[in-house]
Amino acid sequence: MHQSIVFSGFGGQGALFAGQVLTYAAMDTGRHVTWIPSYGPEMRGGVARCTVIVSDDEIGSPIVRNPDVAVVFNNPSLEKFQTEVRSGGLMVVNSSMINVSVDRSDIRTLWIAGGEIAIELGDVRMTNMVLLGAMLAANPVVELSAAEQALRDHLPERKQHLADPNVEVLRRGYRTATKE
Amino acid sequence: MARELWKGNEALAEASVRAGLVAYFGYPITPQTELLEYLSLRMVKLGRAFLQAESELAAINMVYGAACTGVRVMTSSSSPGISLMQEGLSYIAASEVPVVLVDIMRGGPGLGNIQPSQGDYFQVTRAAGHGDFHPLVLAPATVQEAVDLVYLAFDLAEKYRTIVIVVADGNIGQMMEPAEMPPMRKVKKDRPDWALTGADGREHRIITSLELGAERLEALNLRLQKKIARIRQAEVRYQEHKVEDADILIAAFGTMGRISQTAAEMARAKGIKAGVFRPISLFPFPDERLEELSRQVSRILVVEMNAGQMLDDVRLAVGKDFPVEFYGRMGGVVPLPDDVLEVVERIGAELNDEQR
Repeated sequence: MHQSIVFSGFGGQGALFAGQVLTYAAMDTGRHVTWIPSYGPEMRGGVARCTVIVSDDEIGSPIVRNPDVAVVFNNPSLEKFQTEVRSGGLMVVNSSMINVSVDRSDIRTLWIAGGEIAIELGDVRMTNMVLLGAMLAANPVVELSAAEQALRDHLPERKQHLADPNVEVLRRGYRTATKE
Repeated sequence: MARELWKGNEALAEASVRAGLVAYFGYPITPQTELLEYLSLRMVKLGRAFLQAESELAAINMVYGAACTGVRVMTSSSSPGISLMQEGLSYIAASEVPVVLVDIMRGGPGLGNIQPSQGDYFQVTRAAGHGDFHPLVLAPATVQEAVDLVYLAFDLAEKYRTIVIVVADGNIGQMMEPAEMPPMRKVKKDRPDWALTGADGREHRIITSLELGAERLEALNLRLQKKIARIRQAEVRYQEHKVEDADILIAAFGTMGRISQTAAEMARAKGIKAGVFRPISLFPFPDERLEELSRQVSRILVVEMNAGQMLDDVRLAVGKDFPVEFYGRMGGVVPLPDDVLEVVERIGAELNDEQR
């Protein structure tokens, strides 16, 4: 197993953190894993993107040209990654923020109302966990339970009160995508 | 210790603390700032010295002063900041005090940008300041290796009374990987016999980089050269990946080493026997081993995120008659594995033609 997953959105949408939760889950289940952001000069706003590689073997390059999976949070991310996801790959699309159509028939596309689901469960800022949950349903690179545990174990002390709602959202994203 | 997920910059900081770092002086600059930020909290909690200086010039001279007292001391910066430190580095080299410096390289020249680069190979290996000296230079390719090398750097700096530079591109500073931290070492209480500790009850000691007499300055230089010769003997480090049967040998350091490893695997999947030679010590450069390998491969391809700097060391190692090729990108552009593969495939095709 060797898989590359990109999370991409605006700064503040939680794309980098979604990638980190996956990275922790992969590490805690004994996998090799790398997390690398594409970073810019902005403190906030701008593009926030990370590449996570999960592998059974030692990881060489932490970056790829054509990721296996892209989780896209906004229009610019969709436009970029719908050309870059490899043939046969998967794209998870945040339909709450994206109104561009996908014109690739050689990849799987999963539309999920990340924003609406997060708002329904209490806070739009949990959109990232909806999308991560949905991605894991369509592509079980780690078990859902491993992602839940990673969230609980690695949220900093001062944010522990957010663990339960985030786990709930993660599960909802997973269940919603399972039904699709 | 279990494996934990670490950002490269923060891992470098924590490993330094565990190596017994007593004092840190620095000035923020992307993509290195998290190292300083991490220490600003960690060092203070441990009751050790952390100081954000008013500039890189101030920081390196604070490092110089603290190093003269024989304690473990470091600073960190990124390319333009290192340029500002060069005067101080030269003084430190002449004074023979141990210092660890972390350089998280970004795009240059000039203010450049904040994207990853390897454009400062010449600066760290040959031109860290005026005069005849070479720092010992270590280049990690993973977060774990960054941890291990900076931990080692403090020992080497003390052993040889030299500057040790841990140099990495912005990727390694910014990326997260699982890593295992080394054990926490006690801060050493005893000071070396050259350290300035207050001359109460003993002869005073002098640490200086000023020697006005030509013969005396030459004597200092000869001592430095002798030290460099010892370092060349004992401190060569490198890693090899599938070189035994390789036809094409990719030579690359740091991030480009691991990206080249993926490219080599892709080439092997297409039937091209590629291997990777990754220098870990950039100074001393592993020239003997590379020369040895050149006798068993057909071609060497050097890959760097610069215009071809380590390339010079490779050519010096293998001689002018051995065919060495180069592929590099500049300005913060990071070559992807398939970029490297394309060059390897082209070379592979040429070798096939030659054999026909």
